[in-house]
Amino acid sequence: MARDASHEAIRTAYRKLAKRHHPDLNPGDAQAEAQFKRIVSAHQLLSDPAKRARFDAGEIDAAGQEKARPNSYRDYAEGSAGRRYSPGGTAQDAWDHEDISDMFGSMFGSGRRHAGPQRGADQRFTLSAHFLDAINGATQRLTLPDGRVLDVKIPPGTEEGTTLRLRGQGGEGTGGNGDAFIEIHVAPHAFFRRDGADIRLDLPVSLTEAVLGASIEVPTTGGKVRMRIPPGSDSLTQLRLRGRGVPAHGKVAAGDLYATLRVTVGKPDAALTAFLQDWMPEDPHNPRAAMEAGT
Amino acid sequence: MIDIDVLITQISGLSKADLERWIGNGWVRTNGPAGAYLFQDIDIARVQLIVELRNDLRIDEEALPVVLHLLDQLYSVRRQIHDLGDALDRLATQEFRQALAQQLQQSKAENDAE
Repeated sequence: MARDASHEAIRTAYRKLAKRHHPDLNPGDAQAEAQFKRIVSAHQLLSDPAKRARFDAGEIDAAGQEKARPNSYRDYAEGSAGRRYSPGGTAQDAWDHEDISDMFGSMFGSGRRHAGPQRGADQRFTLSAHFLDAINGATQRLTLPDGRVLDVKIPPGTEEGTTLRLRGQGGEGTGGNGDAFIEIHVAPHAFFRRDGADIRLDLPVSLTEAVLGASIEVPTTGGKVRMRIPPGSDSLTQLRLRGRGVPAHGKVAAGDLYATLRVTVGKPDAALTAFLQDWMPEDPHNPRAAMEAGT
Repeated sequence: MIDIDVLITQISGLSKADLERWIGNGWVRTNGPAGAYLFQDIDIARVQLIVELRNDLRIDEEALPVVLHLLDQLYSVRRQIHDLGDALDRLATQEFRQALAQQLQQSKAENDAE
């Protein structure tokens, strides 16, 4: 305290300390009791202007002013006299079977080993998601074994094996529920394959489209898109649709769609057969030349 | 045991009206009929405590019953612990008491570690 502290400031400081250290509020804490005695004597000293002047002048010391306190409430309350103020009447203080099993239960670990509130257990579930839902994001309903229904929000770009955490949706507990961890399994798609942020697709084209070129509709994970097939495209030609892969999610930019052409000849066709029989290529080539050179 | 007039002179900052209200609230117990109350030592100490809580610690009469109820529970538990300690003292063997102390210490260490 400052030397020139006002009477009110001293009172406020005293009140603050007394709230913390009052021995009847801290039974069994010898330190609090000793501390409180010092607080009281300091307060008595500083509240009395004459004594304070002598203390400031160095004539008396702080400890010399300690006044004996009458018997405190705790002295009675700790003993059998205290039963007079048992919560719920004097009879309630007596030991009964429940108290004893309660106490021994907590002592020997059957039940209340950890006295504080317990958080519920975390629970793990798996959820099978459609390929397109995992790419584009979706909300999927999951019914838990205990009958609860969770609406699981699958974020866009979710990869196989991703675990989502639903805070507070796990087991119940007195200290808050645990979390539910949902492991997402992505079902394979009939023709799309995921490759990081890109999507791969085998794209069948007709002989005519491959030879003459065409503008065709291509399925993507985001819907159909027109794509130009250049004239003279071979099987296994890879065409890219920029930005048509996995949509942008989090810090990952949108990927691309790679379509690998598969030229399909189709059913035998008389006109085509006749044409090819008469056909003399301008520049005949052996498609297996590389293989033959390798052996 | 003393009566209400003596009690009021013993405790500074206490009025008869306050004390009668507290008795009416059930915060202070008495012996004897209304108008001729008698107080045991513990009652006197409790009145002293309530005066300190109200005047020095500024706990108003709205909050006082909460504080008193918590205190009564605290002391009730402490009395039970003392009783249990006494019973163990009489009944338990030296070995058991040592094992118990060890176990309690271990539990505390485990809880602290969490």
